[in-house]
Order: sequence, then C-alpha cells, then structure tokens
Amino acid sequence: MVQILFKSHSGEEQWVDGETGSSLMQAAVSNGVAGIDADCGGSCSCATCHVFVDDPWLDRLESIDPNEDAMLGLSPDRCENSRLSCQVQITEELDGLVVSTPEFQF
Amino acid sequence: MSDLSTQKPVSSWSMVGKDPYSMPIEEIDLAHPGIWQKNEYLPFLKRLREEAPVHYCAKSATGPYWSVMKYRDIMEVDTSPDIYSSEPTISIVDSFEEFTLPSFIAMDPPKHDHQRRAVQGVVAPLNLKKLESVIRERAAKILDGLPVGVEFDWVEKVSIELTTQMLATLFDFPFEDRNKLTYWSDITTAIPGGGIVDTHEERWEALQDCLATFTKLWNDRINGEPGNDLISMLAHGDATKNMPPMEYLGNLLLLIVGGNDTTRNSITGGVLALNQFPEEYEKLRGDLALIPNMVSEIIRWQTPLAYMRRSVKIDTVLNGQHLKKGDKVVMWYASGNQDETVIDDPERLIIDRPNARRHLSFGFGLHRCMGNRLAEMQLRVMWEEIMTRFDKIEVKSEPKRIYSSFVKGYSELRVTLHSKL
Repeated sequence: MVQILFKSHSGEEQWVDGETGSSLMQAAVSNGVAGIDADCGGSCSCATCHVFVDDPWLDRLESIDPNEDAMLGLSPDRCENSRLSCQVQITEELDGLVVSTPEFQF
Repeated sequence: MSDLSTQKPVSSWSMVGKDPYSMPIEEIDLAHPGIWQKNEYLPFLKRLREEAPVHYCAKSATGPYWSVMKYRDIMEVDTSPDIYSSEPTISIVDSFEEFTLPSFIAMDPPKHDHQRRAVQGVVAPLNLKKLESVIRERAAKILDGLPVGVEFDWVEKVSIELTTQMLATLFDFPFEDRNKLTYWSDITTAIPGGGIVDTHEERWEALQDCLATFTKLWNDRINGEPGNDLISMLAHGDATKNMPPMEYLGNLLLLIVGGNDTTRNSITGGVLALNQFPEEYEKLRGDLALIPNMVSEIIRWQTPLAYMRRSVKIDTVLNGQHLKKGDKVVMWYASGNQDETVIDDPERLIIDRPNARRHLSFGFGLHRCMGNRLAEMQLRVMWEEIMTRFDKIEVKSEPKRIYSSFVKGYSELRVTLHSKL
C-alpha cells in the first residue's frame, strides 16, 4: 500500500491508500474521491479520469503512450502535467504521490 | 406528421412480424428500419448476441456488412481506429458521391483531431457552466406553459422545443427561426420515403437553403471578434477558417444533428421509461439526488443512436471472425447496451444502477460524443424542473416511433400532466 494525496479543484485534500499494481483511477474510485468519472471503467477510452500531476511526481511516472496521448487530446483542459489516472500504475516509488482533479471531466 | 411508412406495401427486406428464432440466422438484417419502428428489435439483438456475436449479413438493401453485438467487442472496435476507420462514412448507407457532406465524425486522425479541437470549446465545461442558467430558465418557461390535466404531445411541446432552443443558442442563430434547425437536422438523417423527404434530391435542395443561411452567418461573424458560438469558432479557428463550403456544411449539420434528435429522444425516452417502470418513478420521487444517475441510465436505456459504422482498413480477427479490408462493420450500441453478460437486467430502467456511466450510447475512444456533458446537463435540469412541478407525467398511449435503424426515437408521445398536490 502507498499513500496518495488527491486535491480537489476547490482545495479540499484527501489522502487515500493505493494498492500497488492497481491504477491511480482505481484508488480514487474505490475511495470515493470526487471529480473522477472513469466512464469507460479504466480502458483509456473516455478521458474522464483526467488528473494533474504535481511536481516532482510527473517525471517519476512511466511515460505516456500514444493511445493515452490521443485520448488526452480530447480534453480542452489538457496541460503539461495532465495524465489519465487509469493509465498510471501505482508502485512503491509513488508513495506520497500528489495529484489534483480538474473542476470538470469533459 | 405524415405516416407514409405504414401506408406503402411492406418491403421484402422487412422482418416486421417475424420471429428471429424461426428464421435462418443468416437472413437477419438489422439495417432495415422496420423492426426498429415497430419496437420489435430486442429479440433479434438477443439471438445474435447469443449465437453470432459478430454476425455477417450477406444480403441487405444496403449491401453486406458485419454486425458487432456484444459490449466488449464494440469497445474493441470503437477504440481501434487504426483497424476500423470512420471514413468514408459512419452510416450503414454508403454515401452517394454527389450528396456527400464531409464532417469530422467520418474522419480519422490527424484531420479528425484538428477539426474536433477547433469546435470542442463550445461544449467545454466552462461554457456549460454559463449555459446552465439559460437552460434552466427555458425549461421552466416551457414547463410552466404546458396544459395540466389535458392530453398533449410531449415530443412537440417539450422535447423538440427545449433542444431546438438550445441549438439556437449554441449557434447564436436567430431565435425566431430556430425551427429551421430542427427541420434541417431531421432531413439530414431522414430515409427518403420514410415520411420526411421523398428523395435524396429533395433533401439536397433543402440543404442548399441551410448552406446559404449559414454562409451568411459565417460572413457576418468572420469580420467580428471571435465569439463563444459555434459559427464564430469555425470562422476563426486555424484548422477550420479555410474549410471548403461542403465541409463547413457537413460539420454544422454534424453539430446540429448531434445536438438535436439525440437529446430530444432521450428527454422523451425518460418519460416513457418511467411510465413503463412505475416503481422507478416512485423511487425518483423519494430521492431527487438520484437524478444525475438516472440521466445516465435513461441514455443507456434509450440509446438514441442505435449504431455507428466503421470500415476495415487491414484484415483482422474479431471474436473469432475474419474480417477483410474494405468490409463494413456496424457497432450496434443498442445491442451492447442490452448485453446481459455485462449489464444486469438490461431491459429494465434502474435509476440507481451502479456504473451507469459505462453505457455505450456516447461511444468510446477518439470519437466519443463531444456533446455528452451538454446532453446530460439538459436532461438533469429538465428533470429537476419537472419534479418540482408535476407529480406525474402520465403516458396515455403507445408512442409513434421513427422509421430508422439509426435514430432511435419518437415522433409523438401523448401525455397528461398531474400537478403536485
């Protein structure tokens, strides 16, 4: 288990437990974190699990693949530090990971 | 509305009145509008899901095609644009060259991405936030103007009215002419002879007026400051400001059609579904916080667009079937949304169904419906306003359904309103 901090758009903070081997999206959904819709259930097919990853964690994630990149392109809110949380695998090295959820999923 | 479809002789392609289990499975042709209009399609979808989940129809008025029936296979097709192209069309009917209207729904990357990005700002969440109060005001006005205790057509007075007003706003279209948007949308998807237009030529002529009107609006807006409406976005966007007239018309119609009868038919569908499942209507009265989840479930239950079509780019295998380059492939969202292996009791409306957002009605992948949040917002606001005013919207008779295997919707639904005591 690792600890992950989700920050909402309005500033609320919520620490959750994330199981290594599962996705960041699953950690959010199973802990009732608001602001992540995951309409497709985690198959990189909807871009509604969009999160912004805090420095310095962004570079510690596995690099983005073309499918995720294409789907993120659908979001008008996409930034440099955008990732789809269903494509972020939780590992021991990510203990303390900090991400923010957007005001809306698109 | 003219009912030509019930007056002419039944087409030999029609399966109306037939039992899907008593005919050779190869003869099942889901493309024919007959069983959809008569609301007899569910058993056909079920048999194919069970016995031929990737089914080849060799003989059809629209030519041979594969039907993809199950949720997971549909997801695979929808999320594999390198194998399953959206070009040249997403319709079962192959385009007629001279009547082709290009739009990004029927494009692959990279061109698709450029065009979609140019317009998606109009339905971006920030814009939706601004639109919500407008939608609520209009829903309230429409509902307050309805007759109580007297039978009327919900489709005409509510479903069409709200969605048409919404479209006019998105385009900043002259409000008093908004019914033209509905007309152009309906003729775009109409099957000649189905009651709206008689021939492709007639459709084309009517669309010329559409193009002329929008060309004038384009010329008006291009000289002004970039605005928040769709036309202004197209006229000023780098990827779209030089687009040829047919492409402009195609993208306009895409956004009109996308925002028009789908939302319209979901509004109507919700009323019908709650009447068919009165215990769910009771559940709703007991907990209005269920409205957002109910909206997703209604959109699943209705599945306003029954299918989307793709064309195979390279030979491939799908659930054991060998598909060849050039084959036509039809993803039946209406079937995937009824797939009992992934959705419990799918024929029922269950307004607190878990994972309600996973339905296929908006599609998945790069082409996932751009307007999905706008549609959900209109439905949510409409139901919030309905529930403060009426104890019951009572459906008085079977609806009239549209003659189409693509647009799953209603041309009439007669209801009587009962006020809250």
